[in-house]
Amino acid sequence: MPPEPSNPASHAHGHKAVAPVPQIVSHPTHAHGADAPLAIRTRGFSSWYGSFQALKSLDLDIPAQQVTAFIGPSGCGKSTFLRWINRMNDTIPSARAEGTLDLHGIDLLSKSVDVVDLRRRVGMVFQKPNPFPKSIYDNVAFGPRLHRKYTRAELDELVEQSLRQAAIWNEVKDRLHSSALGLSGGQQQRLCIARAVAVGPEVLLMDEPCSALDPKSSLAIEELIEKLAERYTIVIVTHNMQQAARVSDHTAFFFEGRLIESGDTEAIFTKPQNKQTEDYVTGRFG
Amino acid sequence: MAQERSPASRLFANRAFLWACLVAMNLAVLVLVVLLVSIFWQGWDTLSWKFITNFASRKPSEAGIAAPLWGSVWVCAICGLVALPLGVGTAIYLEEFAKRTRFTRIVQTNIMNLAGVPSIVYGILGLTAFARMFGAFGTNVDEAIEFGNSESLWYIRLPFGSSVLAGGLTLMLVILPVVIISTQEALRAVPSSLRAGSFALGATRWQTVWGLTLPAAIPGIMTGAILAMSRAIGESAPLLVLGGLLLVFNTPENLMSDFAILPLQIFNWAGRPQDAFHAIAASAIIVQLVVLLAFNGVAVLIRQKLQKPLQ
Repeated sequence: MPPEPSNPASHAHGHKAVAPVPQIVSHPTHAHGADAPLAIRTRGFSSWYGSFQALKSLDLDIPAQQVTAFIGPSGCGKSTFLRWINRMNDTIPSARAEGTLDLHGIDLLSKSVDVVDLRRRVGMVFQKPNPFPKSIYDNVAFGPRLHRKYTRAELDELVEQSLRQAAIWNEVKDRLHSSALGLSGGQQQRLCIARAVAVGPEVLLMDEPCSALDPKSSLAIEELIEKLAERYTIVIVTHNMQQAARVSDHTAFFFEGRLIESGDTEAIFTKPQNKQTEDYVTGRFG
Repeated sequence: MAQERSPASRLFANRAFLWACLVAMNLAVLVLVVLLVSIFWQGWDTLSWKFITNFASRKPSEAGIAAPLWGSVWVCAICGLVALPLGVGTAIYLEEFAKRTRFTRIVQTNIMNLAGVPSIVYGILGLTAFARMFGAFGTNVDEAIEFGNSESLWYIRLPFGSSVLAGGLTLMLVILPVVIISTQEALRAVPSSLRAGSFALGATRWQTVWGLTLPAAIPGIMTGAILAMSRAIGESAPLLVLGGLLLVFNTPENLMSDFAILPLQIFNWAGRPQDAFHAIAASAIIVQLVVLLAFNGVAVLIRQKLQKPLQ
């Protein structure tokens, strides 16, 4: 991993005040934050859809191999930011961005970035499970096959590993070649996670991965996220505050396109520094 | 205060609508059955192997449809083989690759308009562009530029003249807008969340189209192709402009052969005063229906082949 150029302390409290209100508050991170290597570094990041500014001068660090949750009311820009990290916004012609967005020191906004390679390194799980209308096996094998040729045995091995990582192997091992559309919603979402990890990403972006699922399936996904964080840097957008509190190590609160407060999840939820954060996490608005 | 609807009136409306729909459906089926029965009644007796293998004749008992049958098969095969790749390719470009610009909007509007152009206009275009090639190679058949041996399958002559190739390409013009529009509809019906899922795995646009969107759209595309081919096989006006050949005494041997087609042969026989010709016209209609079903059968086979069933 390339060395993080700026002083890690800047992550803790080094932000300049952003005009005018609200101010970004960063908590000093206690448990593992100080020495956690960075995966994604954002400085002065703004983005627009046409003339609408969706994100306003974001400064945010996302540590590697931990779970970072983005919370905030609908339309606050958290999903927009998530979609910049794997450049999914490229498909929207009016979308553009300025500022610094680095993944392990690689400038993600640079024109020279190969989005195909980037998306192999940064996987994504969507709000609604979107399995392909193919067999379970072919769903998982779809991604790896895009990038190189595999022998049958290699592919079998990769599919099994991916399904095991997504904690769905035992449920589907006897029907790998039946349609993925026959799975339940929760199983489909875990299949989508298996599909995402099959290409060997470093980062997994999850855009409200549980919002279309029942509580039991949501719990299964949450447990899975904790397990996956041992290997992957996970960024999860969620509307569910309890979920953010349960699964994440770090939390960033967005409001109206600004990053209001970010830091250790426990701190954000127990002693938020900003009034808006406090109102939001205590359920007074949003 | 809204008045409550009584259950009786709601049930009555429900039943009335069901009956209306049943009447509509049965009327359509009835017309079709009457048509088929009358045709089979008239044409079944004169339908024989001889009828299929004989060429045109002044005597109805000797006349056959070998030339128009194979002419129709050749022309429609050429038409389908050219129209499908062109139409599907155009639709894929417009739906999956092209940005929404002024240019693509103009193209789109024009395709919509072309689908509504009377087919005889395409006949005139085909005559100018394919049969005569704008006179670029002279207007006389003797002046034509030839490639290859006129006996071989790959013999080509410029301009095409009233050949099966010119006929097939002209029909291709007629059905191309239909193929493009139905393919676009089929591609649009594929949820965009699937494309997003594919892009998020690092797929290029082409990989997404080939691996995901196209397979998912194949049933719709083939359904559109079946409708388009049905139209091509029954189309007579544009080919009438092109040459309107009826007295052809050989089946097509290569792309430059003269041809007759079934709809024009049927039209010719049905217009004669003698009943015996009406009977063989009905027989030819039966053969035409079989050819139509055969083409559609091929399309269904392709659809099933490309769409590997999942258990």
